[in-house]
Amino acid sequence: MFYKQQGGGPWGGGGGGGGPWGSGGGGNNPWGGRDRSGGGNPPPDLEEMLRRGQDRLRRIMPGGFGSLKGVWLLAAVLLIFWGVSGFYRVQPDEQGVELLFGKYVKTTQPGLNYWFPAPVGEVIRPKVTQTNQVTVGFRGSGNNIREVPQESHILAGDQNIADIQFVVQWRIREAGNFLFNMRDPDQTVKVAAESALREVVGRNPLQAVMTNQRDLIAQQSRELLQSIMDGYNAGITILDLRIQKADPPKEVIDAFNDVQRAKQDEERLRNEALAYRNDIVPRAKGEAARMVQNATAEKEKLVKEAEGQAARFTAFYQTYVANKDITQRRMYLETMQEILSKSQKIIIDESGKGSGVVPYLPLPEIGKRITPPAPPGGAQ
Amino acid sequence: MSPRIIAVLIVIFAVLLLATGSIYTVHQTQQALVLQFGEPKSVISEPGLHFKVPFVQDVYYYDSRILDLDPQGQDMSLVDQRRINVDSFARYRIVDPLKFYQTVLTETAFRDRFGNILNGSVRDALGRTDLADVLGSKRQDVMHEITTAVSRRAEEFGIKVVEVRIGRTELTADTTQATYNRMRSDRMAEAADFRGRGQEQKSRIEADADRERTIIIAEAEKESQTLLGQGQADSRTILNTAQGKDAQFYTFFRAMEAYKGALGDGTTMVLSPNSEFFKYFNNMNAR
Repeated sequence: MFYKQQGGGPWGGGGGGGGPWGSGGGGNNPWGGRDRSGGGNPPPDLEEMLRRGQDRLRRIMPGGFGSLKGVWLLAAVLLIFWGVSGFYRVQPDEQGVELLFGKYVKTTQPGLNYWFPAPVGEVIRPKVTQTNQVTVGFRGSGNNIREVPQESHILAGDQNIADIQFVVQWRIREAGNFLFNMRDPDQTVKVAAESALREVVGRNPLQAVMTNQRDLIAQQSRELLQSIMDGYNAGITILDLRIQKADPPKEVIDAFNDVQRAKQDEERLRNEALAYRNDIVPRAKGEAARMVQNATAEKEKLVKEAEGQAARFTAFYQTYVANKDITQRRMYLETMQEILSKSQKIIIDESGKGSGVVPYLPLPEIGKRITPPAPPGGAQ
Repeated sequence: MSPRIIAVLIVIFAVLLLATGSIYTVHQTQQALVLQFGEPKSVISEPGLHFKVPFVQDVYYYDSRILDLDPQGQDMSLVDQRRINVDSFARYRIVDPLKFYQTVLTETAFRDRFGNILNGSVRDALGRTDLADVLGSKRQDVMHEITTAVSRRAEEFGIKVVEVRIGRTELTADTTQATYNRMRSDRMAEAADFRGRGQEQKSRIEADADRERTIIIAEAEKESQTLLGQGQADSRTILNTAQGKDAQFYTFFRAMEAYKGALGDGTTMVLSPNSEFFKYFNNMNAR
């Protein structure tokens, strides 16, 4: 009787290596060959336990293995070991997802928990607070970056090619959906992110992608990616989609740089012209001011001279008015004296008619200066 | 070893053999198809522990999650004759394991066959659009169209297409080179435009400055002339006012001034003793 009980005990499924569990985990491993659960609980090492149990039995009962009681006791000890191995710890960054015969039962929080050990139960402990990162357009980090042009070359809306590298960060939002709703979520996040970004970039011209629309594009792509993931019910939150680089492709970057240089040239030419203007206009203003000042001076000078002359004349006139005749004669004589005292004089008496003297004019003297030969013709 | 123990061991072995043949579990991520001598008996979509008739029934497991289908990208022509390389992907679920089993049996075979259908639908849909539409606002419509087209074929495979998306849309190598050339020439034109505009601004500003300078100088010239004219006019007015008091005296006065000025040093004069100056030369009492 009790043999049967023993057989139908908790070891019923597990004892035979090729049990039902084995077929479940066979060629079509649901976890895609990856040990995402962090290992679960390793099944107890049966051989080791058996050997230890036998040793102990031999010590307790010298009767040995042969006795039925011994087998019974051994089974009980193994059962206890098996049961105790069901305690497991959930780390602060994890959640425990408990399955009974492969069926999802509940999710546990960090701390010490208990669940049936394998093969009855299974615990998967995904890291729910960990931020996962997918890079598109490059691999690696720091100095060890390898570019992947077939990912980063993206057609913009104006059919130009942009070279865009971006990073997606995501986290598990809901462990149940994440684990049971989608196979290979990493790859799905990556291809969906590429698709989303390409879709958004395709709506914008290259210039906008590289400059002012860059943040907006990242934001729209993030939202689109999130909605794709929600559509799959993937249990994933897209934390961030950051465009790290949005440049023209290497093949044409020199032309783009030349545009920047041309902009600088434009600036430079304008500045040169402004410098020219700033140089000559004030100069001209200065020159103009000088001309006006000179003219003003000339005008003042003319006026002052005239005033001087007028004053002098007025002074003479006043003496003249006082005694007209005398003043006039005096002025005449003074003038004549002044003139004649400075000149060479030849006086010819025309009254001596027939004297036969031919007035001799030394030609060189005349040649020196042409002087009106006429004598000063009196006062009037 | 007593025969009793041997008997116990035999019983245990038999029970285990029976158990492995009759008990099976379906994982949360799986669904199962139970076949009896190859004849489909039931579809198990509920995860957990299940039983079957040992040695008679077989269990086929299929994934119950959303699965990925990422066929290779393909070169195709758009309606505007442009050659592009399009890469699309589908996400699907196996909803009818029996149909799936009957049509393709394994996922590998499914990928092969349905991948072709997907690529064909992509080719059909894109063949009716041009590049601007694929890139721009009609992308969503195109993806919907492809999704609808492949969904029609989905039933015969026992799957449900969750979504089809266009991934990479790349120009083929020779088109890429042409695009680079165009981008480069676009930029060259832009650069030339900037430089040309720089020259234009330079010329404008310089000409403007030159004009400003010329006008400033001309204005100053005008003002100078005006001032000089005023000066001359003022001076004449002043002199006229003073000299107009006695025209006759002024003439005499001015003549005296003129003689002094005109007949400078070294002038040779031929004089007659009869002139006014020599009036007293011969006659003391001349009158």
